[in-house]
Amino acid sequence: MNLRLAVCLFFASIACENAWGDTLRLAVTTSFHNSGLSDILLPIIGEDLDIEVHLLVVGTGQALRLGRAGDVDALLVHSKSAEEKFVENGYATHRREIMYNDFVLIGRAADPAKVAEAETAVDAFSSIASAEATFVSRGDDSGTHNAELSLWRDARLNPNGFGEWYRAVGAGMGAALNTASGMDAYILADRASWLNFGNKGDLVILFEGDSALFNQYSFLPIDPVRHPHVKGVLANRLEEWLAGPRAGKIIDGYRLGGESLFTHNARN
Amino acid sequence: MNELLSGFIEAGRLIVSLDADLAEITLRSLHVTLTAVFFASAIGLPVGGLLAVTRFRWRRHVIAVVNALMGLPPVVVGLVVYILFSRAGPFGVLGLLFTPTAMIIAQIIIVTPLVVSISHQAIRELWAEYHDLLISMNASKRQRIATLIYDGRRALLTASLAGFGRAIGEVGAIMIVGGNIDHATRVLTTAIALETSKGNFPLALGLGFVLIGLAVGVNFAIHNILRTERASLW
Repeated sequence: MNLRLAVCLFFASIACENAWGDTLRLAVTTSFHNSGLSDILLPIIGEDLDIEVHLLVVGTGQALRLGRAGDVDALLVHSKSAEEKFVENGYATHRREIMYNDFVLIGRAADPAKVAEAETAVDAFSSIASAEATFVSRGDDSGTHNAELSLWRDARLNPNGFGEWYRAVGAGMGAALNTASGMDAYILADRASWLNFGNKGDLVILFEGDSALFNQYSFLPIDPVRHPHVKGVLANRLEEWLAGPRAGKIIDGYRLGGESLFTHNARN
Repeated sequence: MNELLSGFIEAGRLIVSLDADLAEITLRSLHVTLTAVFFASAIGLPVGGLLAVTRFRWRRHVIAVVNALMGLPPVVVGLVVYILFSRAGPFGVLGLLFTPTAMIIAQIIIVTPLVVSISHQAIRELWAEYHDLLISMNASKRQRIATLIYDGRRALLTASLAGFGRAIGEVGAIMIVGGNIDHATRVLTTAIALETSKGNFPLALGLGFVLIGLAVGVNFAIHNILRTERASLW
């Protein structure tokens, strides 16, 4: 008797999940989600396109993995070289640039490594390394982590050789900021996550505005030929909408604490 | 200390204002965990009974393994279920990854050993008491287990409630297989992890207090419905 009821319940619970209409799974980066922009965009996408977008908030590295396995329909990520490789390998049909924001170097206001006086982002990183000031790295193969690694590379330094002061936490942007706040450490963050972060402690923005800190977000639809269950048509509609003027206006107009966060730069 | 206080205030505000998102994720937490505990009990109680009343060669080893599996790491269970249900995995065609069903499956795997182990302990003691009676009545193995489960139902309730306790507060597995998707697979524990990562400690703590309250409430409700610990009845 129990068993029959159990089997019924099980199938009922599966059935009600498959009853959703047009849903699209989009893997996005923690930095995009933490900015709060997704909370504004998703309801409007629902109205305009009648698509319910389900966000999977992960690092760029994991987003690419989800895309490779076909577990999501599209990606919105920020790591150009990794994305180009992804398209080259045939997992996504193409890569469409949507918008950009920038990274900022965060640290304690006392600034023991004097990065605020640096001329360029690379100089700032060099002075952190020579002062051996505590630095928190994402260490999770995300877009922000890749940006940080390429800055170390440009400074001709190798993080593998760093001492105790270099802490790779292997966590998302928010968790890494929590760690940096607790240790009064330096950290590279995207501006949006920083502005939305609620546990700033003694941390402030120390360095910003270098072109090396440019952060491009791109949309990658997963190839429906490789994964036939992927909703290619919906992904294309979403891409056109994100690249279009209506999305552009909303993205450019999104402000947090009086600061503009993203700049729409999709080409049509 | 101030943050704990603001957590309490936030919990109160969420409950008093009947926050719609809170209601949604709370109901989803209950749906996922209660379904998982139901299936885990449907599997675990009879298996626990079977382990108590039968004697077979590897029985001691099986019991030792089940006891060890009580400590199954949820993250590993989540990862295994994720790989099985990923589109690239053997059950990928079902399309169950990032759905509540996948979360339920992961929690069944986590909870069942706990239910088996505790129910086996409880039934074993009852079996010692009932052994001669049931044998002399020439009851079949099925009837023996059914009788022991029925007469031991209050002790077995503890097994199910322990399973509920492990599942409702679990975050490692359901974060991986559910993906913490807003309005689809977000539950209380994954929402707490998310708010913590945003540095929004008052809201995270508030949700935490709601979760604790929920666990206490469910236990009270079940004790009330089954009228345990009353003077007239046990």
